[in-house]
Amino acid sequence: MSANTIAISELPASRPFTLRLHQWVTTVDHKRLGILYILFALTFLIAGGIEATIMRLQLVRPHNDLVSPEVFNRMFTMHGTTMIFFVAMPLVFGFANYLVPLMIGARDMAFPRLNAFSFWMSALGGLFLYFSFVGGSGLYGAGSTPDVGWFAYAPLTSKTFSVGHSTDYWTLSLLSSGIGSIGTAINIIATILCMRCPGMTLGKMPLLVWLNLVMAGLVILAVSPLSAAQIMLLIDRYLGGHFFDTQAGGSAVIWMHFFWIFGHPEVYVLVLPAFAFASEIIPVFSRKAIFGYPVMVLATIAIGFIGMSVWAHHMFTVGMSAGANTFFVLSTMAIAVPTGIKIFNWVATMWGGKLRFDSPMLFCVAFLFQFLVAGLTGVTLAVAPLDWQLGNSYYVVAHFHYVIVGGILFTIFGAFYYWFPKATGKMCSEKLGKLHFWLFFIGFHLTFDFMHIPGILGMPRRIYTYEPGRGWDIWNLIVTVGVAFQAVGILIFAWNLIWSYLRGTASGNDPWDAWTLEWSTSSPPPVYNYAAIPVVQSRRPLWDLKHPEDPDWRYE
Amino acid sequence: MSPTNIFTPASTPADSIFGLSIFVLLNVAAIFVIVFALLTYVVVRFRSGRSEDPKEPVQVYGSTQVEVAWTVIPVLIVLALFLAAARVIASVQAPPQRPGALEVIVTGHQFWWEYRYPSLNIVTANELHVPLSDLRHPTPTFLTLLSADTDHSFWVPRLAGKTDLIPNHPNHMWIDPHEPGLFLGQCAQYCGTQHAKMLLRVYVQPADEFEKWVHQQQQRPQAGTVSAGQRVFESTACVNCHTVSDTPAKGRFGPDLSHLMSRATIASGAAPNTSQMLRLWIKNPDAIKPGSKMPAMGLNDQDLDAVTAYLETLR
Repeated sequence: MSANTIAISELPASRPFTLRLHQWVTTVDHKRLGILYILFALTFLIAGGIEATIMRLQLVRPHNDLVSPEVFNRMFTMHGTTMIFFVAMPLVFGFANYLVPLMIGARDMAFPRLNAFSFWMSALGGLFLYFSFVGGSGLYGAGSTPDVGWFAYAPLTSKTFSVGHSTDYWTLSLLSSGIGSIGTAINIIATILCMRCPGMTLGKMPLLVWLNLVMAGLVILAVSPLSAAQIMLLIDRYLGGHFFDTQAGGSAVIWMHFFWIFGHPEVYVLVLPAFAFASEIIPVFSRKAIFGYPVMVLATIAIGFIGMSVWAHHMFTVGMSAGANTFFVLSTMAIAVPTGIKIFNWVATMWGGKLRFDSPMLFCVAFLFQFLVAGLTGVTLAVAPLDWQLGNSYYVVAHFHYVIVGGILFTIFGAFYYWFPKATGKMCSEKLGKLHFWLFFIGFHLTFDFMHIPGILGMPRRIYTYEPGRGWDIWNLIVTVGVAFQAVGILIFAWNLIWSYLRGTASGNDPWDAWTLEWSTSSPPPVYNYAAIPVVQSRRPLWDLKHPEDPDWRYE
Repeated sequence: MSPTNIFTPASTPADSIFGLSIFVLLNVAAIFVIVFALLTYVVVRFRSGRSEDPKEPVQVYGSTQVEVAWTVIPVLIVLALFLAAARVIASVQAPPQRPGALEVIVTGHQFWWEYRYPSLNIVTANELHVPLSDLRHPTPTFLTLLSADTDHSFWVPRLAGKTDLIPNHPNHMWIDPHEPGLFLGQCAQYCGTQHAKMLLRVYVQPADEFEKWVHQQQQRPQAGTVSAGQRVFESTACVNCHTVSDTPAKGRFGPDLSHLMSRATIASGAAPNTSQMLRLWIKNPDAIKPGSKMPAMGLNDQDLDAVTAYLETLR
């Protein structure tokens, strides 16, 4: 804890544990809530990782019987739900919470208590989901955790096919965390629009702030229909409704629409913050200003808009008309244009720079390569006829893990190494960081490069076992081997965080020689962030300070 | 060689997708090679050496010309891919109507397939038989896809892309296999506990062989003495779910058993149709397919043998 924090809260230097705990639980400070979000997410990352490992061990060879089909089905449901709603979303919100006020020169979020409420609603969602392990056994011993898949297609979620309470816990979990997500999104938008320091016009905001603004807008648009669908499902299950009850004239397809109008924008909710991290880290480690700032902003907004009109590419196989299929091919492919623009701008930022490969940059460079592949396999899947073959196969599983792990998680790791010194005042171990990077990099590629192949050879997802003689065996073995590397990489990452927090060398305020406002305050920042509200003249206020002879505002 | 490889098509829809996929992959591969090379060049060329020169590199803020270039070129590529995709969508989703086409109604059940041939008055399960189609005299098969319970998806990669079977939402697809033989696939939409063992087997047969199969499926059992096994079968819960034509067994929940022995597998492809497997399936279905809807019948060994023997007469 920094001297500043203690001085402000006027507490003795050594406080009893219960008092410190009470402070964390009742906090409305955006930085503490950000850290709470992140710690919460890391806990669930371990749970989701264990679930993935169980699946991969089961699939290591054909006709394996390590776990029963029931357990396997619960594992993939829990893995997907956990990783999206209780790892990726809280990580994204955690970083946004921590960084946005600091980067716009504000003292807190616009609504600090809404902020705390939102976090605890999300936490409640996580508890609901995992409480199903003990509380979900319904009638006839019908399953302890949800087993309907993370997109929970109707009518599998109806009382007829899902007896007991596991599906109810799934629904309540998403409803609760959804309320938290919408609260945080409103807060981020209000903060960015109303709390910027003097001089910081919209056009002078760091790209990270822009990307989080669009992300928050998408959260409101995407999570609202999801929450509505959860309420409809609850009405079906408890009040005799028939929204998704196909036997009473309800529609299974309408659930798909509700889910994917959330589900696809959700991808951009997660990937825009990843772009945000890359857009801050790549310039600093290339020692150059971001290339094409206005175009980057426009591309972000374009991704936000187009991203709302592509959802039914998840439904190319449900029997839509040729016209509808054709429309969604075009809208989905259109996304590739602004995304491509972003990749080219990052490359142009690096062009002519002096690249330093510390851990944050290593992860971001790997992200560029991997996101390229993820984007291109995305284009192949956008072609509806290819999706008729590859949809719901392991090719799709490989593709979206390439996006979420190879794209999003890699930049999040980069963000950890980059902002850890700001949040703790300690440097992360560079040696452990590089070890983490290489192990995770090798594991990622073993697992997700080779996972494309069984999909092309006809292996559908969500099967607890498979027949020998389909040519899938060797690929599944390699995929499982990669998991071991990833697991060790994650353990080293966790160890790095703990060790560096306790033993790391002091970082100072600005260890990376960076240019955005957060590096001008102490590490960790005081509760009030800035003693005097800063005034900025350009997108890189610290560059202006460090180079008074050649400030940015001359060129913007 | 994988029997379910999407790159070895044997029917027009799968063929058109294969052709399109080659075009798309060539484009995507070219983009990959170019951008990958560019990225690698930048990473290698501009890494800072050991000498720590404190001077910052030249700051460049952007360039309208290059931004326009890397916007317009991707737009053109996207348009080309889109037009190619639109053409295949139209050709696969609006198939030519043929007077000689065979119609089959496919119903997905947890966790097996029901096939009805309305024009031939045939009901069978799990193993679909269709006629070989040649280019000069096409005899395509049109499938109407229904579901009795949850969502399923019909996917035989070498014949066509997948189409979902959704309750209350009939779908259609078609195949015109131009190669005889057995084509494998499986359910591709998660449908519950035993989604994994809801396997698909499509037998493509030349006209004469297909005629023979049709003729056999249309046979009615000879009326004769009722065997001990048949008595057990008809006096237990078997008849609630299974049909054996022209007998009191008229259940619709499970597969039609009228011509069980004409099928190579049981339990939707999960086990070969042998005496031992059949007996095990009746005794303890969980040993073959845990979580299937077939209950353990709790018969004593004598009844078990009798029922197995009876089922083996259903040809």
